[in-house]
Formats: sequence, C-alpha cells, structure tokens
Amino acid sequence: MSDVLNNLVASPQTPGTKHYAPFAVTDEINAQADKRIAQYPDDRKRSAVLPLLHIVQHEFGFISSDSIDWIAGKLDIEQIKVLEVVTFYPGLRQTAPGKFHIRVCRTLSCAMGGSYELVEKLCELTKTDLSKMDPHHHPIVVSPCGQYSVEFAECLASCGTAPVCLVNDDFHEGVAPDMAGDLLNKYKD
Amino acid sequence: MSDIQYIDGKQPHQREHRLIFKNIDRVGWNPSLDTYRNDGGYKQLKDALKWEPKAITNEVKKSGLRGRGGAGFPTGVKWGFIPPNNTKPVYLICNADESEPGTFKDRYILHQDPHQLIEGMVISCFAVGAHLAYIYIREEFPEAAEILERALEEARNANLLGDNILGSGFNCQIHIHRGAGAYICGEETGLIESLEGKRPYPRIKPPYFPAAMGLYMCPTIVNNVESLCHVKHIIQMGAEEYAKLGTPRNTGTRIVCVSGDVKKPGYFEIQVGKMTMGELLNDVCGGPKDGRKFKAVIPGGSSAKILRCDEKFNVSCPPGTEKREISFEEIPLDFDTLAACGTMAGSGGVIVMDDSRKMSWVLNNLNKFYAHESCGQCTPCREGSTWMRKITDRLVAGKASPSDIDTLNSIAYQIDGKTVCAFGEACSWPVEAMVDKFRAELVSETSEDNESIAHSAESEAQRRFLQPQG
Repeated sequence: MSDVLNNLVASPQTPGTKHYAPFAVTDEINAQADKRIAQYPDDRKRSAVLPLLHIVQHEFGFISSDSIDWIAGKLDIEQIKVLEVVTFYPGLRQTAPGKFHIRVCRTLSCAMGGSYELVEKLCELTKTDLSKMDPHHHPIVVSPCGQYSVEFAECLASCGTAPVCLVNDDFHEGVAPDMAGDLLNKYKD
Repeated sequence: MSDIQYIDGKQPHQREHRLIFKNIDRVGWNPSLDTYRNDGGYKQLKDALKWEPKAITNEVKKSGLRGRGGAGFPTGVKWGFIPPNNTKPVYLICNADESEPGTFKDRYILHQDPHQLIEGMVISCFAVGAHLAYIYIREEFPEAAEILERALEEARNANLLGDNILGSGFNCQIHIHRGAGAYICGEETGLIESLEGKRPYPRIKPPYFPAAMGLYMCPTIVNNVESLCHVKHIIQMGAEEYAKLGTPRNTGTRIVCVSGDVKKPGYFEIQVGKMTMGELLNDVCGGPKDGRKFKAVIPGGSSAKILRCDEKFNVSCPPGTEKREISFEEIPLDFDTLAACGTMAGSGGVIVMDDSRKMSWVLNNLNKFYAHESCGQCTPCREGSTWMRKITDRLVAGKASPSDIDTLNSIAYQIDGKTVCAFGEACSWPVEAMVDKFRAELVSETSEDNESIAHSAESEAQRRFLQPQG
C-alpha cells in the first residue's frame, strides 16, 4: 500500500491491542471469505467487501492496513475502494477496542431511560476517561487496563426495553444505570 | 388459535389482533423449522407455487397491503413496476435494517420467527420472478443474523430454498448481507449501493427507481420485513378476507411499538385504523406514569412530526367523510388520518414524552442522531444537520438567543425537499414540527443577552474583523 494510504489507515495502539492477534491470513479465514464471495454473482465480487470486513473485525478486533490489502486482493479492487467503505460505516473501526466492547444506545427512548447515566457509570467503574470521547472522530474510549471499551451507538431497535446495550455480540436490555456493575461482572475474563 | 399460550407477563392485550406476531413470546415456540412446520408453516408456499406469479401480485394488490417500513406505499403496486419486457435478472431484497428510532418490531420476527419471513420472501420472489434474494440486516443484530443463517440452512436442506423448490421447477436462493451501523442503509437505494460494496449514497429518483434500475442496474424489489411476512398471510386468508381487517385503504394489521413515558411500553399488533391514539396510550399502555401527564407524541418513528397531546385537528375522519374537529386522543392509528394531521404513520414507532421532558433536550437528542447519520452526499443535509445540532447544543446549554430559533427553522426549510433522498425530510421535519408547536417553550430557554456571544473560534474572529477598530 502506498504511503499516503498507509497514513490514512494507521491504527494507533490502544490498551486493548494486546487482546487481539495481529492480522494473518489462515486457511480458515480464506475459506470463510470464499464462502461469502460465492453469495454474489460472479462478476459482482465487490459486493463482498462488507462481509469480508466483518470477518476481519470479528477475528482481529479492528480493520488494519494489512487486512485492507488482503480484501482488495481477494475482490480484485483497489485498496481505496475498501478504505472508503471502512471510513464510512460507524460499525467498522480502525483501532483496537477493549476485550469487551460495550455499545450503549444513545437515541431518544434510551436517553429518556438513562443511557447517558449508564455510560457515565460504566466509565467510572472501569476508570475510563469519558472526556476523550468525541462522537465523530474518536467514538470509542478504552479503559486503561484494556479490558473494556465504551461507545455510544445510535438506536439499537429495542426502545421498549430502554436503556439497552451490546457487549461484543451479546444484547442486554433494561440496563438501568445502577446495574452497570452487574453488567461488568458478567464480563471479567 | 385459541389454544396458543403466551409466556407469563407477555400475553397480548385483548385489543390486539395477532397475525404476524402470532408466535412471538409463545409458550413452547422456538425458531426451528420443525416447530414452524408443525404449526402449519410453509403450507402457503406450497399452495402459492401452484399459482400464476401474476395472480399473486394481483392478490397482494387487492389486499391493499401498504409497506410497513415507513412510506406506506402499496406493496403490490411496487411489484407491478418491474418493466413488462424485462430480460435482466430480478432481485428481491428484504430490508431488515430496522434503525428508525422508536421502531423495534422486526427484531422480534427475526429472533423468534425467521421462517415466517423466509416463507413470505420465497412467495414474493416467485411472484416477481426473482431467483436471488438478499436479507440486508443491520450489523447491530448479530444474534438475529446467526438465527437467520441457521434458518436459511434448514430451509435449504428441506428444499424450501435452492433448485426446484418442492418439485415446482422454481429456483430461489436467499443470502444474508450484514450492514455496518449506518441509518442511511435503510433508504432503499442507499441499501442497494451498500449491497454493491460501495458507500451507501442514495441514488436519485428518477431515474433510479429500484423496480427498474436497482441492484446491479437490474429490476429490484425492496420490501420491509413486516411487509414480506404479510404476503404469507394474504395467501393464507385470501385478499378479500385480509382486506376485511383494518379499515378501507388502510387494511390488515400492523405492529405498533410504544416507548418512552408510558406505564407499559412494548409492541402491539393491531388492526390498522381500528384503534385510536388515546386507546393505545391509555388502555393498552396503561397511561402516563404516576403523577405525570402526556405532553407530546412522535407517532411513526423519530422522523415523523411530533404531535402535542392538547392539539385539535380538522380532518376527514374516517377518511372520505366530511371534515370535523378531532382531539389528539381521537386520531385513529392509520396511514391516511395521521397524514391528514400533518404527520405520518411511518414505521409504527410511537415515542411518548410526558410533562417532565424539556422539548429542547428531546430535539437536541434527535438532531444529534441526524447529524451523525447524514451520509454527506447532499450539501444542504450534510451541513444543515450539523448546524441544527450545534444550535440545539447551545440551546440546552443555555447559550442560545431568541433569533437562534428562527435560524433553526430556516435551516430546516432549506434542507426539506432539496436532497437526493428522504433523509432531508427525516432530519428537518422534527425541527420544523418542534419549532411550530413548541416555539414558546424553546424561546423561553433563550436569552437576548446571548446575541453577542461568539459560539466558535471562527465566529469570534469574524466578529473582531467586522467590529470597527479602536
């Protein structure tokens, strides 16, 4: 990848980095990718860019520049076409989150139910500096131990059981701010 | 139906009419194929495959089914837009990118009854002649994606998908495509761009109507999860019986999701137009919290214009009759009357606010959402949504001046109708309605003294430049 692109995809280290293996192409990853590519018409491989990015992020925690090279190669497209997708979607990240990534719904019904207080409580308990959070450029804050990270998500579509959050792939509903400690206790090691 | 038992505490309200949500929270129910088939599942698919595809489209047209994703466009009419002399492949996409704030109906179908959706999709594919379909599911539903993946695998193994489905000679395959956290992917042309592997910038209509030029520039039908499930029930009941549910022009059932300041929030499947706003909020949802009064309601997802609970409307109710004055409580929950009241039934997400809520705070929360989710393609929306957020940011911080409310309103009207897709309306309608209906409250939180405050380094520099020297 050229230097200009490299600067755009630089992934600074976070306390969470140690929990994720560096990107490497294994037979298993390749097989998973091929299975996804086969879901689209032969001449439309580019459609598989999101599925492949999901495979990478699920396995390695975030999208590194190496993985962008690999995906571009797999789909026969330029790296920039992968990068433009990575930088658009809030669900794709370029730095390592904590081992347990907590996404708390920020939108109206959950906010009325106390989701802002929940985030404050989570950050307090995990000694995470909430003031470092900037919704646009730096949405994820990682705890100093690297175990947890917190991010606001937009509507998680469970407004009737507000406030709600996702911890990695697990969904939790009705998490009142005073239940923050109980939630964290479920995710220790 | 009477022998169906529901989980304790999750029994449907007696005013509900469960069709789509028949199996949600049902005792002994699970998302497996066996359970679904033991309950008579996939019978309608078997029947439908013996029909003429055209006849299915006509049946859906006759049923009066209107899309449940937000716009309320007649589903059968949408299907009819595929060019008659088309030679390209036709695609069907299920829009499972449920992300309109206030809406949480598709979540339960995907988690608890995935085969109902798959059956509805295969019937729809047969009707429109699609052999390849995708379920575009939002990334924030990881568990649902897994459940669907398993359900699709079961369906393939049982020859309910794949080649020569149930010996009918019809081939159809369904795959899952996961989004990545962008609201704009719920807009059908943005969704299509996303499925093509690009940034989801919506396409301009005309000419890019998906039914003519959609996925890979081929005819494509994009339908909401709930709409596709209704297709199965239309085949089961017949269009005429189905159309007896609900009210004329607003047929069938729909799922209303209530959240916010009510005693019992939740999801309720009702006959369209057969329940009023007052009945929903007071009888079904248990009324306001103790010691509180309802203040305002967003009736159809966060983009719908807000209604004051003390408002009166002069509308034809029921539709087609002489206009008369009705109160907020008397509004029937259908497409047409809500539109006549200046808002929309949208996606069925009802968000309720009581008298403890400040409207400036509510509006700021929504503005943050839209500023975050604007895709950035059209300038009025990209810049305007952020400006509106900045103004309400300072409104809640007590740093706004009365003229800011006018500026807010004027920005909204400069976005509305001036963008490629309906996101422009989605982000400006909440502002327009809020300023229109709660102007006095918003202005009361401002101060003339704030006129002279600079709100950024840029405006500070500008002020110094414009001020006379000395």
